[in-house]
Amino acid sequence: MTTVGEVVDRAYRDDTGRAVATLIRVTRDFDVAEEAWQEACEQALRTWPQRGVPRDPTAWLFTAARNRAIDRLRRERVGREKTAAAMQIAELEALGDDMHEIPDDRLRLLFTCCHPSLALDARIALTLRTVAGLTTREIARAFLVPEPTLGQRLTRAKRKIRDAGIPYAVPPREALPGRLDDVRTVVYLVFNEGYEATEGELIRADLCTEAIRLARLLDHLIPDDTESGGLVALLLLQHARRAARIDASGDLITLEDQDRSRWDQQLIDEGLAIVDRSPRDGPYQLQAAIAACHDRAPRPEDTDWPRIASLYDELARMRPSPVVALNRAVAVAMADGPDAGLRLLDPLAGDLDRYHHFHAARADLLRRGGRGREAAEAYDRALALVANDAERRYLARRRTEVAV
Amino acid sequence: MKYLLLIYADEHAFEAMSEDERRHVYAAYDELMKDLSAKGQSLAGDELAPTSTATTVQVRDGERLVTDGPFAETKEQLGGYFLIDVDDLDAAIDIAARIPSVHAGSIEVRPVADG
Repeated sequence: MTTVGEVVDRAYRDDTGRAVATLIRVTRDFDVAEEAWQEACEQALRTWPQRGVPRDPTAWLFTAARNRAIDRLRRERVGREKTAAAMQIAELEALGDDMHEIPDDRLRLLFTCCHPSLALDARIALTLRTVAGLTTREIARAFLVPEPTLGQRLTRAKRKIRDAGIPYAVPPREALPGRLDDVRTVVYLVFNEGYEATEGELIRADLCTEAIRLARLLDHLIPDDTESGGLVALLLLQHARRAARIDASGDLITLEDQDRSRWDQQLIDEGLAIVDRSPRDGPYQLQAAIAACHDRAPRPEDTDWPRIASLYDELARMRPSPVVALNRAVAVAMADGPDAGLRLLDPLAGDLDRYHHFHAARADLLRRGGRGREAAEAYDRALALVANDAERRYLARRRTEVAV
Repeated sequence: MKYLLLIYADEHAFEAMSEDERRHVYAAYDELMKDLSAKGQSLAGDELAPTSTATTVQVRDGERLVTDGPFAETKEQLGGYFLIDVDDLDAAIDIAARIPSVHAGSIEVRPVADG
């Protein structure tokens, strides 16, 4: 027997983005839309226990939210705003009860929330709040900022959308590829924050789950852009390893040492299916193909390192960056031996000297090559730069193995 | 909505240009201005004289303080502006990206309050 609370929670999880997106389109007001939907859910929690759960909970909630929004527009819009409000009220009344008969407005919402004229942390917070329906408190906890700080960040972002005239629209065809990249960047950052938190405990699985949900949504809304599918695959193939990545004491376990029976085979199968049917014409698709090489290998020694190295070659041609070059060097080292990798790493020192992964990778290759003293120095450098506790403990443990 | 597009560029680099290069830049500005006017998007637009001609004025406790030079010494200086009227920020950004100085300098896009 499901309780009223569970039904409302479920509707809140599944329908917030879509309901709020449509209410914003009509009212042009994020706060009115969000609060109307919030109040509708609270009203359901109050009244459904006595009156029973309606046959179509989503339709009930959407109607209640529309009515709340109409009340607010009637009450709050004064003077010159009254004419616009009257038109909005008429449009809200005409929307009908069945939210799913209305074209999906979530795409506009995503593009507005991820607009490049907003600060990156504001884009992330706004997307999680309005598209994913997380509460301010949940987002504040996930990003380890005080709730009032996050609340201000959201308020400022919404004010900028209004005052700077950020459009609530899907960009025209010629601007679409670039703007889609912007949206994917936000989704990937949400995932990374969950997967490799910059501070504190290593994995925040709920952020990863939200990122996967957002990536799926984007892929569903614009299915012909294969990069969104690539992003879904990449996230699934990484998230599949989450249970094996951390030991009982919260320490990091590297790919090589993970118990692969603990990988989530269902997620892997879904990710591999996407990789196998996608072209490789974008960076997310390439990274997914690389992740697939790892996830396909039953044992670490079965990993197809030459293929990974050649995929990194492709990625480096498409998006040259020192970090891609670093990963490529590691793949080459695994395929052809530590010295081959170290020769590729050395020229990157200038760009990556402040990046702990660079020193950790170098230390690892030096250790594998039996150059203990140099490895120890590189571990020290990585330890001086790392911010995450679990990674620090991992590096410190490795450091003791090469202690001289 | 109305937006002010503030054009920041290194004025010394502009002064160092050859006659020919400068003619090119002005021609590109003329073309953009004509296009914006034809679409009814331009309300105003001007090039400013260099910051060496700038005067900064303050009044403090009733006392007038007049100093030589721009308000702030920066690497790129305010050298001109467009005042445009377009639908939204994306349209304003599209126009900003067509301003000739955008390749060497920066364009700040500022909505006019209640514009």
